[in-house]
Parts: sequence; C-alpha cells; structure tokens
Amino acid sequence: MTAALDPIRAARVPLTGAKLVIGVIALVILAGIAGGVGFLVVSGALDGHWYDLRDLGIPIAHLRGWLDEQNKAQPAQLHDLLGDHWISYLTTALIGAIGILSFVGGVLLVLIWVERRLIGRIQVRRGPNRVGPYGLLQPVADAIKLIQKEVLIPNGADRFLFFLPPILVFIPGLLVWGPVPWAPNMNYLDLNVGVLYLIAISSLATIAIFIAGWSSNNHYALLGAMRTVAMMISYEIPLSMALVAVVLMTGSMQLSQIVQWQADHNVWLGALMPLALFTFFFSSTAELNRTPNDIAEAESEIVAGFRTEYFGMKFGLFYAVELGNAVAVGAFVTAFFLGGWSLFGLEQWIPPYLIFAVKVSSVYFVLVWLRGTLPRFRLDQLMAFAWKYLIPINLANTVLVAIEVTAFNHSSLPGVVSLGAIGVVNLVFTVWVARRWARFLGYRPETEHVLHPSLQTQVGGLRAAERLRASS
Amino acid sequence: MTTASEPYVLNIGPQHPSTHGVFRLRVVMDGERIQDIDMVVGYLHRSMEKLAEERTYTQNIPFTDRTDYLAAMSNNLGYCLAVERLADVEVPERASYLRVIFAELQRLASHSMANGTFINDAGAWQTPLMYMFREREKILDLFEMTCGARLTTNYMRIGGVAFDPPPEFYPAIESLIDEMPTRIAEYTELLVDNEILIARARGIGVLTAAEAINGSITGPMLRASGVPWDLRKAEPYCAYDQFDFEIPVGHTGDCYDRFMVRLEEMRQSVRIIRQALDGLPSGPHKTEIPLALRPAPGEAYARVEGPRGELGFYVVSDGGPAPARFHIRAPSLINLSLLRQMAVGAALPDAIVTLGSTDIVVGEIDR
Amino acid sequence: MAALLEAGVPGSVVTSTDEWVEVRPERLVDALRWLHDDPEMDAAQLSNMCGVDRYDHFEVVYHLQSLDQNHQIVVKARLHDHEAASVPSSYPVYTGALLQEREVYDLMGIRFEGHPDLRRMFLWEGYPGFPLRKDFLQISADHHPGLPHFPFETGKQER
Repeated sequence: MTAALDPIRAARVPLTGAKLVIGVIALVILAGIAGGVGFLVVSGALDGHWYDLRDLGIPIAHLRGWLDEQNKAQPAQLHDLLGDHWISYLTTALIGAIGILSFVGGVLLVLIWVERRLIGRIQVRRGPNRVGPYGLLQPVADAIKLIQKEVLIPNGADRFLFFLPPILVFIPGLLVWGPVPWAPNMNYLDLNVGVLYLIAISSLATIAIFIAGWSSNNHYALLGAMRTVAMMISYEIPLSMALVAVVLMTGSMQLSQIVQWQADHNVWLGALMPLALFTFFFSSTAELNRTPNDIAEAESEIVAGFRTEYFGMKFGLFYAVELGNAVAVGAFVTAFFLGGWSLFGLEQWIPPYLIFAVKVSSVYFVLVWLRGTLPRFRLDQLMAFAWKYLIPINLANTVLVAIEVTAFNHSSLPGVVSLGAIGVVNLVFTVWVARRWARFLGYRPETEHVLHPSLQTQVGGLRAAERLRASS
Repeated sequence: MTTASEPYVLNIGPQHPSTHGVFRLRVVMDGERIQDIDMVVGYLHRSMEKLAEERTYTQNIPFTDRTDYLAAMSNNLGYCLAVERLADVEVPERASYLRVIFAELQRLASHSMANGTFINDAGAWQTPLMYMFREREKILDLFEMTCGARLTTNYMRIGGVAFDPPPEFYPAIESLIDEMPTRIAEYTELLVDNEILIARARGIGVLTAAEAINGSITGPMLRASGVPWDLRKAEPYCAYDQFDFEIPVGHTGDCYDRFMVRLEEMRQSVRIIRQALDGLPSGPHKTEIPLALRPAPGEAYARVEGPRGELGFYVVSDGGPAPARFHIRAPSLINLSLLRQMAVGAALPDAIVTLGSTDIVVGEIDR
Repeated sequence: MAALLEAGVPGSVVTSTDEWVEVRPERLVDALRWLHDDPEMDAAQLSNMCGVDRYDHFEVVYHLQSLDQNHQIVVKARLHDHEAASVPSSYPVYTGALLQEREVYDLMGIRFEGHPDLRRMFLWEGYPGFPLRKDFLQISADHHPGLPHFPFETGKQER
C-alpha cells in the first residue's frame, strides 16, 4: 500500500500544541501521586491499616475484626447456635464469591477481545476493530449474537445430557479460581491441600466434554470427544507429577505457602526446576485443548470436535470457559513457578496483586503466541509424547528433586549457594537427560535428514528418476 | 474376551473448513484408521464443456478462468495456445513475454495459497497463510492494474494478450520482484525446519515415481516423487526456452517434499519473471483475429505447466465459429486418482494433510 | 509409427495420419499395452483421455506421453454403436485412467469394460441421458445450436 492509502500511518496525529501541554501536566500529576505514595510506603504510614490497599486482604481482615465485634453483641441463643464468627465468615465469603464471579466474568469478556486482537497481530492483520473503539465492544456483540440464536437440538440427541455440559464445564472454571493467591493476605480458599484440590477440579472438565461429544449424536463430535478424553487423561499424569516436584521442594500443598517459600528464598521455582515448568506448561496446553495440542477440536479435520452441534450461548460458554481456563492456567503457572505475587522485594511498593496480574497476562500472552504460530500434533504423537517421554522423565525428576530437597534441608551452606547448586543440577538434568531419553526412544532430529529438492535442468521420466535417486 | 469394533462412515464435506471447496469424501473408518475412502464430486459441475460448444472461441476464454479460479492466467494461456495451434495464428513476441510474466506471477500467487492452506490443514491457524497472502495481495493488485480483475482475469486472447500493462505496472512489479526473495527466505526460515511440520508431513502420503507416472500425476506432485518432468522444459511454449531456470525435484514423494517443491518453484518463478522483465521486447501485444474465428476442421491438444500440473486443452473444430468439442484436462481431478491408495490405512489427520498437499481446486475438478 | 504399431499388435490399426493413429476398439488395450511396454515408444503416462461425439460415431481419444523420450502419441478408437457404446478399459495399463474413464462414461455414455468402479461421477445415478452427446437436447445433426452467424458479423455468408 502506498503511504497515502495507509490508514494507520495517516491516523497518527503529531503531538504539538495543546496536546503537548496537557500531556506534560498529566505527567506532573502522575509523578506527584507516585511520589506521595512512595513517601507513604517508606514512612510506614500504611502498614497494617485498613486503608492499606496494597494488599486487599488487609481491609478485609479489618472488616472481619469489626464484624466479629458486632457479632459479640448478638442474643445468647443465636450465639450458642451459630458460634462466634458466623457473620464475618458469611460476609467475607459473599464478598469473595462476588469478587471472583465478577472477576471471572469480566476476564471472560475481555479475553475474547484480547485473544482475537493478539492472534490478528500475530497474523499480520488487525483483528476486530469495527465494533466500538478498537473493537472493544466485540465481546458484547458476540454475546448478543449468541444469545439471540434459535435453540436447536439435534435429532436423536439426549435432551438432558445435551444441555448439561456447558454448565458442567463452567463450574470447574469458576471453582478453580478459589485457591489462587493474589497477595500475602488475599486468599479466598486457602486450603491445606490446594494442589490436590486443583488437580481434582480441573479433571471435571474432561467428563463435561465427553458428555458433550457423546450426547450430540454426531460422528464428528464423538471423534472429538474420544480424542479429548484420551488426551486429557494422559496429560493429567505429567501435570500432577510436575506439581509433585513443586510440593516436594516447598514442603507444602498450600498455594499461599508455595508462593511464600518463593518469596522467602528469593527464587522462582521455574528457574530451579525447568523440567517441571515445561511439563506443567505443555500438559496445560493439552488440558486446555489449545494448539499445538488442539487435536480434539482441530478445525481442519473434524470441524469443531465435541462442540460441533453446539451453537448459541452454549457454544459461547464453551468458548469463553476455554479462554477463562487459559488464564487460570496462567495463574497457576505464575503461582507455582514464576514466584506468584513476589518480585524480589518489590511487593512492598507495587501492590502484589498487580504483579500477579502482570505475570498472569504474560503467561497468557505466551499461550496465545503458541496458538498463533505452531502447527498441531497428531493424536498418536501426543499420546506417545505423554506416556513414553514425559512420564518416565518426570518420575526421574521427582526422585532427583526429593534427593535435592533432603540435601538442601540438611545442608549448612548459605541458601543461595545450595539453591544455585540445585538449579544447576536440574538444568543439566533437563537438558542432558531429556535429550538422551529422547534419542533412546527413537527420536532422531529429522533436521539432519531433511533433503532439499535438487534442481534439475534436464527433463526425463522413470529412467531419469532412477538415475537421480541412484546418484543422490 | 475379544472386543469387536464396527467401522463407521464419516462424511467429510461438502461443507468443511478444509476440503478446499465443495468436495465430499465418504470415509469408512475403524477408530482413527481409514479403511476406505470414496470421493463424491460434482457439486460445482457447471457443464462448461457443453456450454462452450455454443460460444465462439473468444467467448470461451472466461470459462477457462472459472475452472481453476486460483490460476486463471494459466488456464487462459493453455486455451489460447490450443486455439492458436488449431487456427494457425501467430503470436507476437511481446505477447509471448507478457504471457510468461503473468503465468509466472500466477504461479507465485497460486503456490502461496497452496502452501498456506497446506500448513493450515496441518494446524497452524492461518498464520503462515496470512503471511503468504501479503505477496498474493500485491500480485492480485498487479492483475487488477492490468486487466481489471483480480481472480478471474480473462487476460489472454487468441493471438496475444488483451491489454498492454499500464505505465504504473512496471515499477510495481519491479518492487515486488525485488522483495520476493527476502519474503521466500522468511518463509523458508520459519517453516522448513519446523519440527512439528516435519513430524506431521514427513513420510505421509508417499508416492513412488513409478506409481506417480502410471497414475497420470503431473505437476509438483510428480516432481516431488523424483521425476524431473516439467512442460516448460520439455515442450517449451511461449518463449520459455529463452529463459534460464531450473526445476526442483524432490526425493521421497511425501507431503513435505511437495511443500518444498512448491516453495522452490516460487524462487524459480521469481527468476523467470526477472529475466522476462529485463528482456521484454516492444511491439504489438496481440494479433488481430476475426471476432468469430472459424478455424479449419481439425483438432489440437495444447498443454501448459499450470501450478497444479499439466493443464491441457483439447479443442476440436468442425469449421464453425464454436468448437465442436472443448475438453479440459484438469490436473486436480487426475491427481486425485491415487488419493485412495495414499489415504487407506492412514489416520484421519494424515489423510487431511495428504489432501492438502494434493492442492485441488474444485472448480477444475467439476468444471 | 503406425507401421510399428501394426507390427507389434497385428490387426489393430485402422487408419493413421501424421498426428494420430486409429485402432480398433477390441484391440485398444493391447495396443496401449504394447505402446507402454515398447522401449522405443515408451508411452509411460496417459496424459489425457476424452470422448468426442462426431454425430455418427463416437471417438475416444488417448494422448499418451513418453517422459524419457519426450514425445507424444495420439491414439483414437472409433465407436459406431450409439446405444451400447463400449470399449475395453485401459485401467490395467494406466491406473490414471480410473477417474478419466468415469468422466467419459458419465458425460458421454461410453462404457468401459473391466473398469473396477464405473459409476457416474459428476451427475447422479439415474440422470436421464448423457449431457455431452450432441443429441442430448434433441438437436439433430444438421442443425447446429446457436445462430448461423452472429449479429456482429456483417456481410458474412451462412454456413
């Protein structure tokens, strides 16, 4: 396109005059605010008070304290029946639930726009930009379109089982946000067995997808459902084993403790255990049915897999929950491997939940990047990868981590040195053992055998072909 | 205890995101393995060959656009060559060079689309396709500049080409040819060593040279199987014998080789266009022929090396203004002869990738 | 070339010009096989096959290509029976004839004996008639479809 026809270039307005003045004033105000906040933080005027918004758990804790005091003033019979803290529990549970619901709902809406724009940019095009400024109302338009579609049930599909899966797949999508640690005091559902809870809840989606495929009375859907179930079950195991390594290293299944461990030792578990990080990340793409592991909904083969017969808001729920799960995976990768809300001491200055949000967004960006760039694997290649490669090597990794943790707990070296040693050992293991194991399984990097086409000038037939083959 | 499984029939198409048009495959599958595959075509049958018998030779040129709508210039060229051979019409040299330039531009556009959709079938969500479409857009802009249409160009005439390219054509094509090598290098770097693509396409849909020759396969599929056969070198038409280029020949005949052969052909096309542009002679761009050309009774079979294979036109004249028989040898249809052999026993994703590497256009299959 | 073919497959050649060779329909497959196997003719590939309706007879035209010798051989077979036009299938010699013979059967109505799967391809089973025949729309042989001359042709004689 010539410059005159390029709307992007034409739309850039030069920054002069009134715009410059307003920009400078805004910058000064922002600097003032930042300086004021910095002064408050340094002088300790904020710590622990209810207006310490750096950690939203602190106002909530103050709220609970206040409610407990109100609780003590209730009639005695009620007090005996319900106990000491029921008002505060109920209130904070409601606040948290509404918070999570609205957060997840908001995220789902925004994600549709983010994903489509990002994929568009990766594909050298713009993505939706018609509906609203920069296409920001696209999710709203999508939702309205999906809601107003006619409700059709395929002939021969089981009515109840056909309606069930979108709901069934939405529930784990919500529940899984419970244990996520946003800040040192911001935990909605701080279970002792948070890791176990996560693994269990995320398996619920498998059965929802299977019901969806089976009840659709459609060969494409059945094929997609079978593939999904096979893949998701296979990849649960490496996922859990990667988390076992994390749990061993930090000594706790509680997510807040895991993040606290990383904050205390000033290290990211992803740097210490790269193999666990890779396994978790790759298995998550398989669990999420995202490229390169989206064989279950491979559009070019089985149209839409288990979602073929779904349309309208049912399809919208599937789609949105898949994206929401992608962000949830981002949250887990951050919490387990990327340090969670900690950033080497900066969490005093920057609100920890903001740090967490930035990390989650970057993991999500990597997921979208992978989706836009890589072709997909075939199902038997995926399954072979999970069972033959990932599981044995993660078993070995678990043993190795157990040895390392024992050594670390008994060592008298300063923390940095022993952690550094552990990191180096793990890195060497990942790189060297992983390659040896791959070769043992029969993987030869085919790039060594890629022959580019030879260039000929003489034409010929079968005899010429045989001559060429003999000479190459 | 043994478990028995029943084979079931999966119907792929005619509406399907990857069948490259309205093309239907009935696949009998046992789990994920294909037991039998049956093609149902005819959804786009427009009876072109019958309609052509009632129109003059020049009026049939738009028909040829619409058979292989992704390689309209090559179709036009083949038909015009056939009629020129039938009616003994001389083509001026400038017209020959222009024909070569446009046919090679069309090959670039068609191979961009073919390779992009092939990788789309292998799973990358249209990203390589979008990248290759950047150049295709510029090529289609060039077509629009010259003859007014992007896709169904209707540009070649019996005796030459329809229009002389306008003055703004030459700087545009120069800039395109200058940047094409870097673009093709970009695609090569991103795609050729991609592990996933190699895992998906290597060893899939293998055709040996003997099978391919006997099965009447032509074009990049034949060259990927190791047979060095290209009509531009074997029976040079239209000034191809004055250009210096090479034909890429693959080694194993699998989908990956076909992809590589098409990529390499794009590079050779750039070479040819550069040479043709440099040596473009001046002169008339077509010979004047009567509006209703009445060739002497006889027949002619002319073929060109289209992007999909040997595109042949068999024209029979009985002395009237309309052809007595107009037959298009469609490479897409004939390249599908061996689909069954390639696909049976493979898994479904492999069959889809094989179909993608065959590079079919349904307009050509059904005519 | 016709002499060589007659020598190789006796009783096959009917006529020949320097463009094509016409063979008897019964000896068609033998002739093709001989052309395929003969090292000098080396018709390795069936480039094109189509049927032509010449009002009083059908013609099946085979364009054979030799890739190593880089020449083309044109073989024709003439069929006079309109009701039950049939020719032996060349699928045993060239597997590429699979779809081309189905197309000729579908559009022209010429049966190929020995074809493994002779079905109509573009049109459905039960379609009345064969479209590419000249009498498909009940237009008789001496009346060509369309105008005798076109309106833009001035001063032309009638055909």
